[in-house]
Amino acid sequence: MSEAIMTKIDDVLPAGRRGVVSDFSADKQAFHMPWGKAMMWIFLLSDTFIFSCFLISYMTVRMSTAEPWPLPSELFALEVFGVSVPLFLIAIMTMVLITSSGTMAMAVNMGYRKERNKTFWLMVATAALGATFVSMQAFEWSKLILDEGVRPWGNPHGAAQFGSSFFMITGFHGMHVTAGVIYLLIVAFRVKRGFYEKRGGNYEIVEIAGLYWHFVDLVWVFIFAFFYLW
Amino acid sequence: MAQEGQQHPIAIYFWIWGLLFVVSFFSYMVDYLEFQGMLRWSLIVIFMLLKAGFIVAIFMHMKWERLALKLAILVPPVAILILIWLMSLEGDYTFLTRIEFFAAGDPAPHGSPHHQPAGGGS
Repeated sequence: MSEAIMTKIDDVLPAGRRGVVSDFSADKQAFHMPWGKAMMWIFLLSDTFIFSCFLISYMTVRMSTAEPWPLPSELFALEVFGVSVPLFLIAIMTMVLITSSGTMAMAVNMGYRKERNKTFWLMVATAALGATFVSMQAFEWSKLILDEGVRPWGNPHGAAQFGSSFFMITGFHGMHVTAGVIYLLIVAFRVKRGFYEKRGGNYEIVEIAGLYWHFVDLVWVFIFAFFYLW
Repeated sequence: MAQEGQQHPIAIYFWIWGLLFVVSFFSYMVDYLEFQGMLRWSLIVIFMLLKAGFIVAIFMHMKWERLALKLAILVPPVAILILIWLMSLEGDYTFLTRIEFFAAGDPAPHGSPHHQPAGGGS
């Protein structure tokens, strides 16, 4: 029965590799936007699920541990002019990332206005702020590892799961920021060189890079709320 | 293919930028002023959702996209809420099992206050 149907379809449509191409391209366009932008959105959706899995497993281990959870408010406090301020570095990192999101939004806007020079400098500023964020994170990690003795398998402040959740979640986010800095710099220098002028002066790519960058900021909003403030 | 792209007045970006700073400051103050319990958790979640909403709607231009994309991107994450619910049940269950197990080796298991996990709730 099914064999009969198969032969019928193969008579109408091309078979083999050509068939794969014709099948996948036969559908009508669903999203009325450049394919690169639609794909970036779908990638970000999948990334949302990855980060959700990390944050949910963090929730599960934190709820199920019988040991007290180390207080982030005290662990991430920093001495400023002799006064201990809770979450001082984290607050600055949050502000840096929000600022970079703002400069990125302006870069997208300037890209569509074809102001290449302004777009370039705004993207470089965004990348620089991103690099600042990663450096501050490196400082935070080294403080936690060297001074506080936090390890992925245990720490002197309480539940052992704190270290593994912390390094996994912030490490994966830091990797995203690092990748974003590289991505932004590549696009920025292409904008400056006039690379996209040869391709019909289309600056959608700046918006696509911007989507990725804003997503990194978005993930930080959730990490900040659930890991540092909770 | 729409070649117009997302072009909007610059003023709206500055507004949202400023609002993000203000809301971030508020959520930091929740920790600084040491709010505890339900007040702390609800404020954290409200400020978090506000910030996330501003970023997605304005900075990522979701507000101006067609409904097909809005649905394709915003509906699937609802599944995450179900996973949160399931895993919080699982977390509570594991916690109770552990307490029972550790209490079995305790000389005075009864009457010890049932302490709540710090990350309770979802």
